[in-house]
Amino acid sequence: MLEQWEGFKEGKWCNEISVKNFIQKNYTEYTGDESFLESPTEATIKLNEEIKELELEEVRRGGVYQADTSVVSTITSHAPGYIDKDLEQIVGLQTDKPFKRALQPFGGIRMSEKALESYGYVIDPDVKEIFSKYRKTHNQGVFDVYTEEMRMARKAAIITGLPDAYGRGRIIGDYRRVALYGVDRLIQYKMDHLATLKGTMTRGVIRDREEIVEQIRALNDLKKMAASYGFDISVPAKTAKEAVQFLYFGYLAAIKDQNGAAMSIGRNATFLDIYIERDMKKGILTEKEAQELFDHFVMKLRMVRFMRTPEYNELFSGDPTWVTESVGGMCCDGRSLVTKSSYRVLHTLKNLGSAPEPNLTILWSRNLPENFKKYCAKVSIETSSIQYENDDLMREYMGDDYAIACCVSCMRVGKDMQFFGARANIAKCLLYAINGGVDEKLKMQVSPKFEPIKSEILDFDEVMERFDQMMDWLCKLYVNTLNVIHYMHDKYSYEAIEMALHDNEVRRFFATGIAGLSCAADSLSAIKYAKVKPIRDEDGVAVDFEIEGDFPKYGNNDDRVDSLARDIITRFMNKIRTLHLYRDSVASTSILTITSNVVYGKKTGSTPDGRKMGEPFAPGANPMHNRDTNGALASLESVAKLPYEDARDGISNTFSIVPSALGKTRKEQEKNLVGLLDGYVQGGGHHLNVNVFSRELLLDAQAHPEKYPQLTIRVSGYAVKFIKLNKEQQDEVISRTLHASI
Amino acid sequence: MQGNVHSIETFGTVDGPGIRFVIFMQGCELRCAYCHNPDTWICGKGTDWSTDDMLKEIVKYKRYIQGVTVSGGEPLLQIDFVTELFAKVKAEGLDTCIDTSGVIFDRNNPEIVEKINSLLDVCDLVMLDIKHIREDEHIELTGKTNANILDFAKYLSEKNKEMWLRYVLVPTINDREEIIREWKAFADTLNTVKKIEVLPYHRLALEKYKNLGIDYRLKDIPEPTKEQVECADKILNNKGERQC
Repeated sequence: MLEQWEGFKEGKWCNEISVKNFIQKNYTEYTGDESFLESPTEATIKLNEEIKELELEEVRRGGVYQADTSVVSTITSHAPGYIDKDLEQIVGLQTDKPFKRALQPFGGIRMSEKALESYGYVIDPDVKEIFSKYRKTHNQGVFDVYTEEMRMARKAAIITGLPDAYGRGRIIGDYRRVALYGVDRLIQYKMDHLATLKGTMTRGVIRDREEIVEQIRALNDLKKMAASYGFDISVPAKTAKEAVQFLYFGYLAAIKDQNGAAMSIGRNATFLDIYIERDMKKGILTEKEAQELFDHFVMKLRMVRFMRTPEYNELFSGDPTWVTESVGGMCCDGRSLVTKSSYRVLHTLKNLGSAPEPNLTILWSRNLPENFKKYCAKVSIETSSIQYENDDLMREYMGDDYAIACCVSCMRVGKDMQFFGARANIAKCLLYAINGGVDEKLKMQVSPKFEPIKSEILDFDEVMERFDQMMDWLCKLYVNTLNVIHYMHDKYSYEAIEMALHDNEVRRFFATGIAGLSCAADSLSAIKYAKVKPIRDEDGVAVDFEIEGDFPKYGNNDDRVDSLARDIITRFMNKIRTLHLYRDSVASTSILTITSNVVYGKKTGSTPDGRKMGEPFAPGANPMHNRDTNGALASLESVAKLPYEDARDGISNTFSIVPSALGKTRKEQEKNLVGLLDGYVQGGGHHLNVNVFSRELLLDAQAHPEKYPQLTIRVSGYAVKFIKLNKEQQDEVISRTLHASI
Repeated sequence: MQGNVHSIETFGTVDGPGIRFVIFMQGCELRCAYCHNPDTWICGKGTDWSTDDMLKEIVKYKRYIQGVTVSGGEPLLQIDFVTELFAKVKAEGLDTCIDTSGVIFDRNNPEIVEKINSLLDVCDLVMLDIKHIREDEHIELTGKTNANILDFAKYLSEKNKEMWLRYVLVPTINDREEIIREWKAFADTLNTVKKIEVLPYHRLALEKYKNLGIDYRLKDIPEPTKEQVECADKILNNKGERQC
């Protein structure tokens, strides 16, 4: 056994790369309460103040503190950077200065240029020339290949948010491997695989060889980068502090290399807990010091920044980075995976103040220790900063060492990756079915010409038939578009370091998505149960609808309409399944909009449910705003009924409640929130953002942002600082259903 | 049996113990100045539900809820519906609670007493809102006497039925210490009071009044301060000496 591993229980993890096996052999479950937790050290307080000051200055400078205009970011491009070197327990910055945003043009030089421009910077002309004339980018590749139809669909926003102008992200390297094995061992693992890739040089073998070599190169760069900070990470970590540091270097390399939309970090707290327990047993680490490690680690994760264009910010508002850390969950042997470090990582919200990143995600099971459940509920009520996902549901498919990428996408750490595919606008698809594929806003034929519906009152069966045909067209086009995007992303902006921290054989998911689900379901319900009369313009395009009579609305646990929502998902997914998917990936879909529900709504005409042109959709799988009138549980149950087996990439639900509606005393509130989560999970609900605040608070924050620098809220699979949302997004959040009782 | 229902709340956390399915019945005889549900006043304007359909709705939430609370409006105006529903709810293993003003109670009317007795057989907890201890001020506040309400509380005590008493604290109307103490003295004569809750008056219903075109009589009355609420709570729940 290696000297760095002394004190650990041996297992197959010693002979092969298996962090999961290491964890199962070595972790110590904790079922007690939070009373052991420590307050921040002097160094933590001081460092946190310095970071907060820089963040304030970042806001004062219009959202970007500083931006690199000339050094193209790679793993080794920048000299070491520090905030306050003497205070930092964990070191490493994306560039040479805190909050200085890196220049990452491999996704697209025009995006880099535009992003810089929008904050008053000018890109270095040499860099621009190199990436325009001599080095092709992902964006260029995609647009070289896009068909007219793809461009048109993109323009009409029936498919949008596509990662063709930004990094696809959502790939989680197993950063724990760096700490447990050291980089040399990981290089050896890749070299061994390379040696087997020979024989006939088919396209597949050539690609695999090239990728593995890129991965090895990236691992060597990772070592160099760590060495520049004075660390030798060719060998495993010896102490808890080193484990955190090495793991963070792995992640840091990824964010230097990639400007992915979601750069999630995995499932690390319980892994690190093993090192902390070992050091504590040896008497070389105190609780105060252990907490300090987490506080400093989390401070770094809160500082992750990317340069992004205004269009991007409109889609994904509030400067999110989705440094998602998954916490808790059950182990396959029946124990929970909750350790003291599960508490420690949540406790950073107290020690450092609430914040949207890292995107703390509780993998909830009914069998989690009661103390931990209560603690999570308490943190939710106090900070509105954490989200919950159904471990009982996901574990069945994913085992017990998966993590969430971005908001709701689960993958086995180091074994799965995904091709992120944004989403198709299903509400617009319904309008196309009615209008024969003429876009109701652009007034142009977008799909091939279909017969429009001409009847005075919409007939449900006729609409469904056309809707299904239109969905056929949409799914095919959507998947083909994604095939193009991911081919080019692999070619021009390959995630070498992240994939180096994966197994050699990975499973790939083809992650499609649906936006406007509740709007489409309510529209179908209106057509079925009320009388819907299209108002057509002079060209015969339905631009508005008159509704006579009432109809069941999704969000009230009413099967008449909930079954329509289910049907849309299943239909959509079954169509995706039949199509050719890039790299033999596994089809999946999510019901998640992030904050793009506002933009999608803006680009979609009036719908048969009574929603007017331009009004936002509900986020994710949420019921439309304020149509869920039977209380929180009815609303939750409608969402819980959606078929997870057909939306394995996740079903996002954002839930907001005023504190007094959760119960009278804090104890009751905690108990009731636990009861609510247990019930939701038991009913098959997948994801839940929990917000506990009042509308008055948000209105006050909108009027006086200076009073609320840290006010954090959950939006759709991630959290944001409320004051960083634009006015439209703020208004949308304020107008959402806020469960109250008066 | 049909009942006329104003609305349901599937996640009730403030109307009885634990998470509860709450049914707000339509119709009330009182016209309390601070009522936050004036839209439940007029009888018959809600949606008709059979007890079977309502039960079907309730059991959808069985894994979340501890029980069912019927509130209003005034649930006792539709007592037959409530009794029938509660029998079915209890058969499902859920507990039952009624949130009432007790206004229909009349000890001398055998028909009413019989109906109340049948209800109490299937009702685990009564939450009784005693709005004012003095009769003249009660009439001023609600439009009705409190005599039968107080008698209902005594009757529950005699029948050994558990109750929670609720005190809606309204500045200038029932926040004087002597009033609170008088109220408390009455409560102390009862044997089955398990809890006394102080509910601070709030003005969130103002909008509803505007929409309904009803004059809001308490326009000028502020919500009680946290100190006022604590003070009332101290008196009502014997939490140490008065320090108001």
